[in-house]
Amino acid sequence: MTFWILAPIMVAAALGILFVRKAVHAALLLAVVMISLAFLYAVMDAPFLFAVQIIVYTGAILMLFLFVMMLIGVDAADSTVETIRGQRVMGVVLGLVFGTVLVIGISQVTLGTVVGLDDANEGGNVPAIANILFSRYVFAFEATSALLITAALGAMVLAHRERLTPKATQADMAAQRMRDYAEHGKHLGPLPSPGVYARHNAVDTPALLPDGTAAESSVSRVLAARGTVRSAPALADDIDDVRRQLAGLDGSGDPAAMPETSGKAGAPAHTEEDVK
Amino acid sequence: MLSAILFTIGCVGVLTRRNAIVVFMCVELMLNACNLAFVAFARQHGNLDGQITAFFVMVVAAAEVVIGLAIIMTIFRTRRSASVDDASLLKY
Amino acid sequence: MNLLSHSVLLSGLPMAEGGAHVPVVAPDTGAGGVFDLLWLVIALPLLGAFLLLGVAPLLPASLRAAADKHGHLLGTAMSALSFVLSLLLFVSLLGRGAEERQVGQHLWTWFETASINVGFDLLYDQLAALFLLLITGVGSLIHVYAIGYMEHDPRRRRFFGYLNLFVAAMLTLILSANFVGLFLGWEGVGLASYLLIGFWQHKPSAAAAAKKAFVINRVGDIGLSLAIALMFATFGTTDFGGVSELAGSADQATLNALGLLLLLGACGKSAQVPLQAWLLDAMEGPTPVSALIHAATMVTAGVYLVVRANFIYELTPVAQTAVVVVATVTLLWGAILGCAKDDIKKALAGSTMSQIGYMMLAAGLGPVGYPFAIFHLLTHGFFKANMFLGAGSVMHGMDDDVDMRHYGALNKAMPVTFLTFAMGYLAIIGFPGFSGFWSKDRIIEAALTENIVVGLLAVLGAGITAFYMTRLMLMTFFTEKRWAKDLHPHESPKVMTFPLIVLAALSVLGGVLLLGNWIVEWLEPVTGHVEHENPPVSALVVTAMIVGVVAIGVATAWFLVARRDVPREAPQDVSFATRAARADLYGDAINDAVVVRPGASLVGGLTTFDRVGVDGAVEGGSSAVGGISTTLRRVQNGFVRSYALSLLAGALLLVLALLAVNLG
Repeated sequence: MTFWILAPIMVAAALGILFVRKAVHAALLLAVVMISLAFLYAVMDAPFLFAVQIIVYTGAILMLFLFVMMLIGVDAADSTVETIRGQRVMGVVLGLVFGTVLVIGISQVTLGTVVGLDDANEGGNVPAIANILFSRYVFAFEATSALLITAALGAMVLAHRERLTPKATQADMAAQRMRDYAEHGKHLGPLPSPGVYARHNAVDTPALLPDGTAAESSVSRVLAARGTVRSAPALADDIDDVRRQLAGLDGSGDPAAMPETSGKAGAPAHTEEDVK
Repeated sequence: MLSAILFTIGCVGVLTRRNAIVVFMCVELMLNACNLAFVAFARQHGNLDGQITAFFVMVVAAAEVVIGLAIIMTIFRTRRSASVDDASLLKY
Repeated sequence: MNLLSHSVLLSGLPMAEGGAHVPVVAPDTGAGGVFDLLWLVIALPLLGAFLLLGVAPLLPASLRAAADKHGHLLGTAMSALSFVLSLLLFVSLLGRGAEERQVGQHLWTWFETASINVGFDLLYDQLAALFLLLITGVGSLIHVYAIGYMEHDPRRRRFFGYLNLFVAAMLTLILSANFVGLFLGWEGVGLASYLLIGFWQHKPSAAAAAKKAFVINRVGDIGLSLAIALMFATFGTTDFGGVSELAGSADQATLNALGLLLLLGACGKSAQVPLQAWLLDAMEGPTPVSALIHAATMVTAGVYLVVRANFIYELTPVAQTAVVVVATVTLLWGAILGCAKDDIKKALAGSTMSQIGYMMLAAGLGPVGYPFAIFHLLTHGFFKANMFLGAGSVMHGMDDDVDMRHYGALNKAMPVTFLTFAMGYLAIIGFPGFSGFWSKDRIIEAALTENIVVGLLAVLGAGITAFYMTRLMLMTFFTEKRWAKDLHPHESPKVMTFPLIVLAALSVLGGVLLLGNWIVEWLEPVTGHVEHENPPVSALVVTAMIVGVVAIGVATAWFLVARRDVPREAPQDVSFATRAARADLYGDAINDAVVVRPGASLVGGLTTFDRVGVDGAVEGGSSAVGGISTTLRRVQNGFVRSYALSLLAGALLLVLALLAVNLG
């Protein structure tokens, strides 16, 4: 019963991994698959593996995935353009053939009646596994411990970056900025702060330059990558809108009404931009 | 059967996706599919060796992920890219 | 019990041609008592060699210095212990009944395959017992002697390590109960011999001599190893017991091949013609080595091999004849060389060759000769070791000069050396009463009985022996002194003269082994029994004839050497015969012409073929591969996913194949 509920979910999630464009989404779908797998383990008399699956895979491995993804930038989405000629077609075709063959092959096998693990699990699944693990498989077990240590060490070595120059002090950085300005004419001061024309969250709105264009450097790069930055024309519309309202309310001059109306008027525009 | 389907999906993922991390996830998916088969066989035959094997697969997968991600990190640091196709220096 | 079945086997064996039965050795006879310690005889010197060669260099500097200082005592002690053990074993063997005197000991299974099973087995029988005593006894004496002789050599510890290694290998050779174990010892003594000949490796001549000995020995070893392979193929075993049991059923061609191959091996090790060239050069080694390896023990291994393999030779008259011919040629060849050499050690080496020729001759004569071959081997071991050590003592006193023309009148300066050397001299020429007389006399007698020509040649050899030994004796100890003014010959220290005295005593008294025909009866279970045939003329006449010939030889030498002045430099205007003898009877030239030059041209031809034929094919192949790879490397596009695609395709094929097999 559990299987028939979980199986479609898992297949759907796995297919999702194939088709979503963003790595974060793929990771989340993978989490779905793994948690479903954990439940399947639990159903199949393997409570120990259930726990390990949750802890190791969903807990550790997936977290590592997400962590690395954050490190190298969430903007690393796949482009859908295939660069290797015929790769995608061949991959899909071969994969389908392979899957078909596997399915056919497995369906040829007649499985005997399920023995079940009631005997083997007598006295608890975890003690039973421990019994085998520390007797018959003790050398393999020791070998994996060595493997894990090696892996940890290897990760450290790989991630280690040798510091070749002394760490830059604040004074060094100031001097570097001055040099950059002198040699390349790079802007000396701090980056411009985001615009103040927003109605809710000013961070996503670029500041406007004196000529009315948006200053790209005033918003975070991450927001730009996500595509959640308001575009200049939309902003201009907003500004015009506000101006009109101000003109309409000329004389009476109720300052309290202005933000309220602008908030209402800005809402549809906001959602439109987000969709993009 | 489910295991086979998941394995196949993992395969296709490895072949078609270009983001190294996603490719890696697909590899994990394949490993998990195997684990599922192991656990199912353990139940089928009534001994725990299948579960032990699945356990070892998990351990090895964990080690593999650690190293693999470290390598991806290193490559990204030097090439500013996580696409597997960009790491194609080793050719004729 | 095994013993019973063994004796039954012995008596019920079919008689071979010629009436002599082929004895069967039974190596699986249980050990017990002191015989359980049999392995220790080998293990002790091996341990000594291991400690001196393997452990000592690893010690810290201070301990190593101590090892260098006292290592020779350890080596000597190991050899001596081995001798004591051999004596103990011998006495125990004497105490047993005649049928129980073959003791086997299975140490471990060496290697085992479906069809071949070789155990590390030891066999201790009457033959091995005598050899054991000779090797460990003479070996120990020479160890003692070498303490004095090598006193000032900085690498003395290593020298004694090599000596122990040699003793261990030689004992393995003697005690092994199958041909494979024998081969192990055979190669071991070859190695030790190589190391010891080239011990003074800073001398190019010593290094060259060591290489020469090693290479020529390899030729012989090929014969032996082929013989072993043939035994595996024919009999499926190389145990002495197994082979001797099955030998009767093999066909004649195989037996002939076996006999000749074994003879080739024996020729290499025992310096018989045509593989004789190495022995004279081997005298480059330190004198104790010459005495131990190249006179008393190792070179007699060939004789041992022939005697041990008597169950094969008995069945193959062709090989037996070959042995006799080789032996006769060698005994004359060696004797002629001995006449012309001025180097005292080389003269002795020629004599060794000649004497081994006598032993081989006896061994080739069949059961009638085997006991005398061994007998002569023992007495020769005593008196030749004695004389080599005496020569070493002379060299020691003469500042390592080996040229006899620089000696003369040393009998006053070195009385002990002189007297002991004289004992050896009298023994080797066959002076009545001395050990050599008994052994050589019997061999010549047997030869005369079997074949009158061979017998007469052997008598002639005895005469030549008397001539060159007398010449050596006179030039060294008598005539006027010819050594340099500033040289003061002196007697050697006690540690060197003691072994000389013991060996001299043995040279004199060695004949007691023949008392009451003891050695013949002792060896009978090993070598087979045969009725003693009367020689064509009575034994007394034969003896008288030999003594007469010997006397002629001595007299000739007396007239040629003692009555004339001996020039300090060798005269050059000599007859062709002398020149030929000085050049080792052109042995090296023959080797050069027959083997080396055709070999060189063969190698030259092969090189040309290799360059044109093989290299052409290889290079053509490689350029073809290069062409293919140029196209194929397009596949190597650097995209991981392409590779993964190929992987999947491969996996798919694999699964398909599996399915096809399972479903089909």
